[in-house]
Amino acid sequence: MSVLIPPIATPAPATVPPGGLARLHEWVITVDHKRLGVMYVLTGLAFFVIAGLEAGVIRWQLAVAGNTVVSPQVFNRLFTVHGTTMVFMVGIPIVFGFANYLVPLMIGARDLAFPRLNAFGFWVFLFGGLLLYFSFLGGDGLYGAGSAPDVGWFAYAPLTGRAFSPGNSTDYWNLSILVMGFGTVATSINLIATTLAMRCRGMSLERMPLYVWMMLVVSGMTVLALPPLSAAQIMLLLDRFLGAHFFDTQAGGSAVMWQHFFWFFGHPEVYILMVPGFAMVSEIIPVFSRKVIFGYPMVVAASLAIGFLSMTVWAHHMFAVGMGAPLNSAFAASTMLIAIPTGIKIFNWVATMYGGRIRFATPMLFACAFLFQFLCAGLTGIILSVVPFNWQLTDSYFVVAHFHFVLVGSLIFTIFSAIYYWFPKVTGRLLSERLGRWHFWLFVIGFNLTFLPMHWAGMLGMPRRIYTYPADRGWDLWNLVATLGVPFQAAAVLIFLINVAISLRRGERAGDDPWDAWTLEWATASPPPPYNFETAPVVASRRPLWDLKHPDDPDGPHE
Amino acid sequence: MDGNVNRIAGTTDASRQAAGGSFLTTVVMAVTPTPSMFAPVSTPAFAIREVSFLVLAITMFIFIVVAGLTLYAIIRFRRRPGDDGREPPQVYGSTQIELAWTVVPFLIVIVLFLTTTRYIFAIEGRSVTRDALQVTIVGNQWWWEIRYPGLGIVTANELHVPVSDPADPRPTFITLQSADVIHSFWIPQLAGKTDVIPGKTNRMWIDPSTPGTYVGQCAEFCGVQHAGMLLTVTVHPKEEFALWVAAQQAAAPDLSEVRAGRDVFTSVACINCHTVRGTPANGVFGPDLTHLMSRATLGAGVAPNTRENLRAWVNDPASLKPGALMPAMKVSGSELDQLVAYLVTLR
Repeated sequence: MSVLIPPIATPAPATVPPGGLARLHEWVITVDHKRLGVMYVLTGLAFFVIAGLEAGVIRWQLAVAGNTVVSPQVFNRLFTVHGTTMVFMVGIPIVFGFANYLVPLMIGARDLAFPRLNAFGFWVFLFGGLLLYFSFLGGDGLYGAGSAPDVGWFAYAPLTGRAFSPGNSTDYWNLSILVMGFGTVATSINLIATTLAMRCRGMSLERMPLYVWMMLVVSGMTVLALPPLSAAQIMLLLDRFLGAHFFDTQAGGSAVMWQHFFWFFGHPEVYILMVPGFAMVSEIIPVFSRKVIFGYPMVVAASLAIGFLSMTVWAHHMFAVGMGAPLNSAFAASTMLIAIPTGIKIFNWVATMYGGRIRFATPMLFACAFLFQFLCAGLTGIILSVVPFNWQLTDSYFVVAHFHFVLVGSLIFTIFSAIYYWFPKVTGRLLSERLGRWHFWLFVIGFNLTFLPMHWAGMLGMPRRIYTYPADRGWDLWNLVATLGVPFQAAAVLIFLINVAISLRRGERAGDDPWDAWTLEWATASPPPPYNFETAPVVASRRPLWDLKHPDDPDGPHE
Repeated sequence: MDGNVNRIAGTTDASRQAAGGSFLTTVVMAVTPTPSMFAPVSTPAFAIREVSFLVLAITMFIFIVVAGLTLYAIIRFRRRPGDDGREPPQVYGSTQIELAWTVVPFLIVIVLFLTTTRYIFAIEGRSVTRDALQVTIVGNQWWWEIRYPGLGIVTANELHVPVSDPADPRPTFITLQSADVIHSFWIPQLAGKTDVIPGKTNRMWIDPSTPGTYVGQCAEFCGVQHAGMLLTVTVHPKEEFALWVAAQQAAAPDLSEVRAGRDVFTSVACINCHTVRGTPANGVFGPDLTHLMSRATLGAGVAPNTRENLRAWVNDPASLKPGALMPAMKVSGSELDQLVAYLVTLR
């Protein structure tokens, strides 16, 4: 009945402290899921800082009408590289990095199913990302124009054709995302195999932690959604180098076909990024509310429903394309439907908090802000699904506000929540709560200052991706306020980085289980030894550590 | 509905005066443009505002309920000082409650979906009527070509249409095509966006009920000067529109005192891209210049169409619109003066 928790194993200290080079070598050749997970997250955070600086310049340029901080060409490169970086080099590596680290620990496994494939995935991602940034130097290319790509992160045809995008800048965008895509698919297959085949004794599917469940759904979505994008990118390569005409409208190709391919990937992608955020808070909210998740089967079912429905909503990015009333109505229906399982999750989290004893440590602060900001993001999503309203709002700043509420206000907030929560497991030390609070409040204020006003700017007719705007349109105030939010966010991230740097050396020792949590990763040492568990754990319920701590009232009979 | 229009679009009186005064000079400068979707003057925009109020009300209600509950849970169930450290009662779920919060959102979705569909079909389903004005707009990097096939007019960047009185409707049906990449046609006060896609012909319609000038711009990223691809729609009373049409249909004036400038125009590369009807200039890559000076702005809205700006534009378009595809003409100072003197006669 009860859980078998192995004695805590401390790794034997190395007899000779390895030098810097030897340590670097260890990290380069590693196939350990924990090290690869850490490398994913650190690389993602590095790109996060870079993308944030790009966004800062964008906001500086837009602070007042007719500004000339950067030229139009540079502005277009900035928003293209910012968007591409945030989606493919910040969101994806961080959520898959966490999964890399946590899934084997949570299911009581030794490593992922294919450790070397895992290392391949990371290195392909890293060099893919560096390839994109190399475009600043190499984008001139064979036909001599350009620098970094400037076609927008969804790179609509035929702007990406050679006629409109000479030089090699678009090729850097294309190849970089193509190779990163291979790595992401490899990692997803790895996660699926691990979850299905390597769970410890007693951990049936219906006892898996919600985090693992949701990452299983995410991996499934990735395997289905990414290959169509890769296919389209190969077609674009053929167009650009071998004179094919898939998207070349001058020769009978179809511009709309690219949009279908891209968004068939692009919309599931939103959920590929956001469901891991749900996954993280589904672990964090119960622990800090001191209550079991309310309605576990419903949360799992809702996640599966989101996974399936996310494959059917892509053309809601294309309501202004002229698809005709029947198709527009169909995609409005699927988009509105996906709001239901998403809403169910919010209700389940709030019901979990209801009746609890909520501890407001930094992870929970970020999780609470996530609840409100994600509610906004979800409701503006419903607004955008109302097709006639969408005809006004699409491609305006309202959409920019909406997806930043999803990807920053929701995803980045859950990522910060998760970093504060699992940092002690990874490093053995807690992050400073005092600096954590500064980080949290500055980020909440800055985020809302920047992105709330963009809703109004969009409703007042401001299109996205314009490098400047006339002074008489009534957008000045909203843009100025949006820019004023930037220093708050920058200060917050700076404080976070300082917090990490200080806490790594001088943070309070965490022990194995600083949050009094319930999933298996907290049963082993912090940081966990290379082999994770000394003896294979056996579980009897969804909360093995609860059972251990409350032998009088284990979870099993209630499930 | 008409009273509504006037109350919301506060600028219309000023614009009506301006338009009535001298419609061939700059109307666009006389009004304060408000490209707000909440100040509609045309049926599609009115319909959208109607549905938007419903949706905003529903979502606002949901926000207040859910955010209120969340806030209540956060405040009511926070751990207080002196907490005894015992775990609260563990509640594993409740089928009834979970069923309730699945069914209620489902009902809301049904209401929203039916409303949405009704408005989609109402706006997209309107067919061309006999009395409609037909216009073809062609998106170019980074300007709009505007053709009136039935009237033999070609102009650019500033669409002129007659007012459409509900008692005497005169809607304008717009055919949208692109010469290069994807653009999007958007005048928030008249209708939502319709994309302008190469290889695909899209259609939309407007029936503005109030004279005035309405502003908008390209809404799909289309390259370097996406931001510099603005457009205006000027809505004229019926008689005034007829005058505008007659003026546009007239041949370009051919004044002997600017013959030197005309010779410069026809002897350098201008005519490869531009048309001036009645002259050898019949290029099609750039805007038709037959009645250049009837337009209020240069470079698709980036600068007022004054003599000084025109001179700067001809000399080097990039000085006003960096990245514009028209090359610097590299003509000598005196030739430039002659050229501009000729161009300003194209009224």
